[in-house]
Formats: sequence, C-alpha cells, structure tokens
Amino acid sequence: MSLWIWILIACAVAYLTKFAGYLVPAKWMENPRMTRIAGTLTIGLLASLTAVNTFASGQALVLDARVAALAAAAVALWLRAPFLVVVLAGAAAAALARLAGIP
Amino acid sequence: MEFTKSPGVRIGLSIAVATGLYGVSFGALSVASGLDLWQTMALSLLLFSGGSQFAFIGVVGGGGSGAAAMSAASLLGIRNAVYAMQMNALVRPRGWRKLLAAQVTIDESTATASGQTDNLEQRRGFWTAGIGIYVLWNLFTAVGALLGNAMGDPAQWGLDGAAVAAFLALLWPRLKAREPVAIAVVCAVVTLLAVPFVPAGIPILIAAAVAGALGWVSHGPADEGLEPDVDPYATREDHP
Repeated sequence: MSLWIWILIACAVAYLTKFAGYLVPAKWMENPRMTRIAGTLTIGLLASLTAVNTFASGQALVLDARVAALAAAAVALWLRAPFLVVVLAGAAAAALARLAGIP
Repeated sequence: MEFTKSPGVRIGLSIAVATGLYGVSFGALSVASGLDLWQTMALSLLLFSGGSQFAFIGVVGGGGSGAAAMSAASLLGIRNAVYAMQMNALVRPRGWRKLLAAQVTIDESTATASGQTDNLEQRRGFWTAGIGIYVLWNLFTAVGALLGNAMGDPAQWGLDGAAVAAFLALLWPRLKAREPVAIAVVCAVVTLLAVPFVPAGIPILIAAAVAGALGWVSHGPADEGLEPDVDPYATREDHP
C-alpha cells in the first residue's frame, strides 16, 4: 500500500514539474545554468541507474550475467539498433549467460 | 488528406509508433520489479515520462525504498520543465490546452516540434507526437505488463539484463561529446563506491547531487543531455 503513495506522489511531482514550465515567464529560459543542470542531472542519473542495475545486488557489488547484458546492449547501440532490439539483446545475453552457468 | 502531407504530423506519427512500441519493455520490466498491473499503468497514465518511469522501477527493483524511487524519478523529470518552457514559447497553448500540453511534454514531442521550422508544423508535430506517444505508450505498457505477468521467473528470461540494456539505451543518445561521457563515468563510479555503504536507492541520489554540482560549474552547451531517447530526425540525417 505504501508503494502506491510514492507512485502517486511521483506522478503528481512529474505533472507539476511539466506544468510549471508553462507558467514561468519566458525570460527564465535565458538562464543557461538551469538548462545545463537539467541536462547533467539526466546524464548522471541514467549513468547511475545503469551502474546500479548492472553491478549492485542489494548493498553488495557483484559480477554476474548482467555484465553480459551490458556488453550486448552496448554492441547493439553501437550498431544503431532501435530501443526495443537493444532491450531484447540485453535480455537474451543475460538469459544465455545463465544457461551457460554464470549466476 | 492534406493533413497526412504535413511534415509535422508525419514525423510525429512515426516517432509515436517507435516510442510507443517500447512501452512493452517498460510494462514487462515494471511487473518484474514487483509493481502490479495497476501500479504499472498508473506510472504510464499519470507520470508519463519514460526515463522517470524506468528510474522508479529501477530503484524499486534494486531494493530501494518508495521514497528513493520517487526522488530519482522526480529529479530525472526536471528536464521536462525546460522542455515545457520551450514548448510554451513555441506551441503557445491557451487555457485548458495548457493542462493537456503539460502532460504530453516529453523528450520526443519536444524534439519533434523543435525539428520543424514552420510554426504551424511545430505545433502539429508537438501534438501529434505527444498524443500519439501517450496513447501507444499506455497501450503497449498494458501489453508488456500482461506479458510480464505471464512469464513467471524474471531472471530466467533475463529481464534484469533487459533493465540494464534499457538504461544504457536511454543514456546512449546523450553521450555525443566528451563532457557528457565524463559526467556519466564520474556518476557511475560515485554510485558504485557508495553502494556498499548506504541503503539501496541512495547511491543514485548521491550521483544526482554530483551531476547537479557538475552542471552548476560546467561550461558545456546548454542543451547537453537533453536529447530524446528516440530521435525523430535520426533517419533523415543518416540517409539524406
């Protein structure tokens, strides 16, 4: 039940963030620092999420089948594969690595 | 018939299909990370911002708290405020349309509109991409969630690997210069250094603080990191 509350708060914050942009005066847009922080936040968070989902297991750092998924996804992206193909490549690599006995 | 000749509508529709389709991966990963069908649908219907949705389930799936998941999703959504300011100047929605425009202000609708030169086409592109993606993204989220529920053990299907791939695919188009690559590497390293010492979910917020500080002091181009995960104009650049 408590997860529901956080989901709804996240939804409300996301909408208010978007809507706020329609309310502020256009002048604010000329502040490049705000735009830049929005950009570096996006890059930093996505890099962090990639790292956590690849190497973390609770509070431990581990090397397991997910590393194969990271490598396969990188190759697919290098070959300019569409998003869904990249995701399938990651899933297939992890599943195959587990079949091969890698945890 | 005239309508289908509009470049804004055409690009908007093609990006809606390409982006909407990968809602299937969000739906499947969301139920694999422990959310139920309705919680998954709430994120797609109400939060509606791909990166933030993946962030939320990524934190929950990694054992993080709901509060940490909400924080990561909210911080990742800050760029939407920047897009909204740009779209407010470009699309200029009035009255109740502002409420609707806000919900469909995301990477792809912004990129579709910004890529057009004529103002009418910018507005057509924004609305076609925004509403088109909203409808298809939600449809395919439901398909993905139902598929995910039917699949059973997520690890056996490599769904944890799919999550890794999804985050890398969201990050990849934003790494077009040396500075964003450096920011990404620093934040990934900071995250991994923090993992053993703080509860799950918190390392991501520490990385966000570092990323924010780097943005404060950096001098890179202002639009760095604000690229859509599916570029509406990519194929036209590749095959002129």
